[in-house]
Amino acid sequence: MELALAPETLARWQFGTTTVYHFLFVPLTISLAALTAGLQTAWVRTNNEKYLRATKFWGKLFLINIAMGVVTGIVQEFQFGMNWSDYSRFVGDIFGAPLAFEALIAFFFESTFIGLWIFGWDKLPKKIHLACIWMVSLGTILSAYFILAANSWMQHPVGYRINKERGRAELTDFWHVLTQNTALAQFFHTITAAFLVGGAFMVGIAAFHLARKKHIPVMRTSLRLGLVTVVAAGLLTAISGDQLGKVMFKQQPMKMAAAEALWDGQNSAPFSIFAYGDVSKGRNSVEISVPGVLSFLADGNFNSYVPGINDINKAEQEKYGPGDYRPNIPVAFWSFRWMIGFGMASFALGILGLWLTRKKFLLPPGMRTSEDEVPHLVLFRNKALSPKLARCYWIVALWTLLFPLIANSWGWIFTEMGRQPWVVYGVLQTRDAVSPGVSQGEVLTSMILFTLLYAVLAVIEVKLLVKYIKAGPPELTDDDLNPPTRIGGDHDDADRPMAFSY
Amino acid sequence: MELHDVWFVLIAVLWTGYFFLEGFDFGIGVLTKLLARDRKERRVLINTIGPVWDGNEVWLLSAGGATFAAFPEWYATLFSGFYLPLLIILLCLIVRGVAFEYRAKRPEDKWQTNWEHAIFWTSLIPALLWGVAFGNIVRGVKINADMEYVGNFWDLLNPYSILGGLVTLSLFTFHGTVFAGLKTVGDIRVRARRLALKLGVVTAALALGFLIWTQADNGDVWSLIAMIIAVVSLVGAIGAVAAGREGWSFALSGVTITAAVAMLFLTLFPNVMPSSLNDAWNLTVTNASSTPYTLKIMTWCAGIATPVVLLYQGWTYWVFRKRIGTHHIADAH
Repeated sequence: MELALAPETLARWQFGTTTVYHFLFVPLTISLAALTAGLQTAWVRTNNEKYLRATKFWGKLFLINIAMGVVTGIVQEFQFGMNWSDYSRFVGDIFGAPLAFEALIAFFFESTFIGLWIFGWDKLPKKIHLACIWMVSLGTILSAYFILAANSWMQHPVGYRINKERGRAELTDFWHVLTQNTALAQFFHTITAAFLVGGAFMVGIAAFHLARKKHIPVMRTSLRLGLVTVVAAGLLTAISGDQLGKVMFKQQPMKMAAAEALWDGQNSAPFSIFAYGDVSKGRNSVEISVPGVLSFLADGNFNSYVPGINDINKAEQEKYGPGDYRPNIPVAFWSFRWMIGFGMASFALGILGLWLTRKKFLLPPGMRTSEDEVPHLVLFRNKALSPKLARCYWIVALWTLLFPLIANSWGWIFTEMGRQPWVVYGVLQTRDAVSPGVSQGEVLTSMILFTLLYAVLAVIEVKLLVKYIKAGPPELTDDDLNPPTRIGGDHDDADRPMAFSY
Repeated sequence: MELHDVWFVLIAVLWTGYFFLEGFDFGIGVLTKLLARDRKERRVLINTIGPVWDGNEVWLLSAGGATFAAFPEWYATLFSGFYLPLLIILLCLIVRGVAFEYRAKRPEDKWQTNWEHAIFWTSLIPALLWGVAFGNIVRGVKINADMEYVGNFWDLLNPYSILGGLVTLSLFTFHGTVFAGLKTVGDIRVRARRLALKLGVVTAALALGFLIWTQADNGDVWSLIAMIIAVVSLVGAIGAVAAGREGWSFALSGVTITAAVAMLFLTLFPNVMPSSLNDAWNLTVTNASSTPYTLKIMTWCAGIATPVVLLYQGWTYWVFRKRIGTHHIADAH
């Protein structure tokens, strides 16, 4: 249906909006859980107080963020039944299982241990408390894995057969669903991209404090940890992205062609940096491209043949019957570029930052008049220029804090939009997946309510984050430095105020 | 017993777990207005569930996910059919979770008061709507030959389901009041006990009416037994709280919830969602279920995961077993 307010269109908008919104919190949750756990491990091992302050600071931001991630995640699970009931009937036998696994194995883990971690500072011995945050981290990663296995099945269905009698797809090999290369490649790429988000978040916020010369010991540690994370994650994201691209080229050639706005197949296909596509005419009016690179990305060979949109559309018409099997080309084209562009920019900044903050460039301790001088960089041994350059870098780092998050969002938009008009590639089209019994008014109502609520919550969340970012790491109390020795708290502190209360 | 019967039982178990656990934390949410006299007391109440409410809520996600995997047709019909009530529940759960986490993140009076209003309403409304939803599932709704719900929002509001909603609301609030008595010290504990007595009587009256109605409509001998257990344990829970035995009372109100959910599922079986239009169009454990292969995998997963979950969730309750009172709450914010 082409109508702007058709239930299918509305349901798609709602799915897109709620998913992208949910996914703003997911990568930060995954990466901050692990980074916070790492900082707390450093505290337990070294007893250096700066690590505990860092743990509390990043832990607080992590909690503000995960709260939103958890509550927006609930919508995702029920949305399939609400707006996509025919999809649920058709694929429930396969798609439901990883979802149920996620709840039973990952969510329970995550949500139970997060409660223990938040309230457990004065109830658990140091090491058990530390184990709790690692459990949370494990939970977030497992959760990502099961969801991505489910999503990968929609991108590349395996391990199933079609039961014509019951009109549905049925599972034949669950292990194959969990371990197919699409699932593994997507998981690898999504997790590394998540750490890019967390790393850049840390770098940006640490830079903000360093620029103001505040909380220097904690923020310098955070800055270095963030930078190392950005560089390592950036590298792995690129590698995993390349792998995913090759898998995609084999399994979803249409998506790859759309990502490049490559209308007609050719050998030694170019990677186009900029194009202005005209979908109705099936050609690009303006294009800047590098020859051979697309062939290399797709197949590892600069001369390979890459089929174009028109060829694939024709082939799919022959295979699946008449129809238009092209996704929205401009969206696919630009989302692909924005994903790569924002991700690469962040990675480059990470490399630069790591290079700039080498020991060699830091003001040596003997020359410092106060602790404040530590973040000043002595570039090229030019003392007058270095504070200015350092400040420049801090500001840039702060402004680019959200780059990987933008890259992540566009990455998902590309993945999901590039698969259209299929909801399960080659098996079920999106228009056949919506709930037939749900009225336009109902979908519209829910879409408006979710959007309004999400908008309000976004404002609240960002304000809270800013408040706690500005406040900086907390001062430590005696209670912080003397954790209990027994589970449930020590006997003599029965009437002491709780270390954490709502 | 075939696998889809096993999964019918397991889904009943997951819903029981959800209503048992989130039941008392919904109750605590309602009590923030019913029992607490000032902000400090509200904070004591909220902190009794602070470490556990999130884990409790996952029982719902598990019930939802398990229904999707084990009975896709049921999942599809239920959630597309009960669209608006489910939407309201989801909106409530979103606001509720954020409210718990964000309420104390700013010191301003107005900020905290707003979140406290939110906690009250977003606990009360789902507690009510879950009963309405289950009332409709048991009673049967307008489902056509294609398994699609063809009624509208107002069809879901009928005397039976509304009574069901009032039962879950009062039962969860009672359950929460007993939990508050169990987890607090001082004045608030004394008042929780007194309130539990009054609420218990109201709950018993409503529950008796609803359960007898259910039994009269669809009951058999097994559901009658479950009903008797539910009623007796509820009376026992009221008696125990009168005697000052909150631990027993909480265990017994838990038995009430378990037996009541069991009764609903017993009257439902072998249907999962009967059609009020034509018996031939009922969704049953056979025509709504997944393949034996999927069910087998799911059974392995649930068989291994559920005991582990119970173990570590139980441990959480053990870690936070101490009662708390107003003197445990620092004065700041």
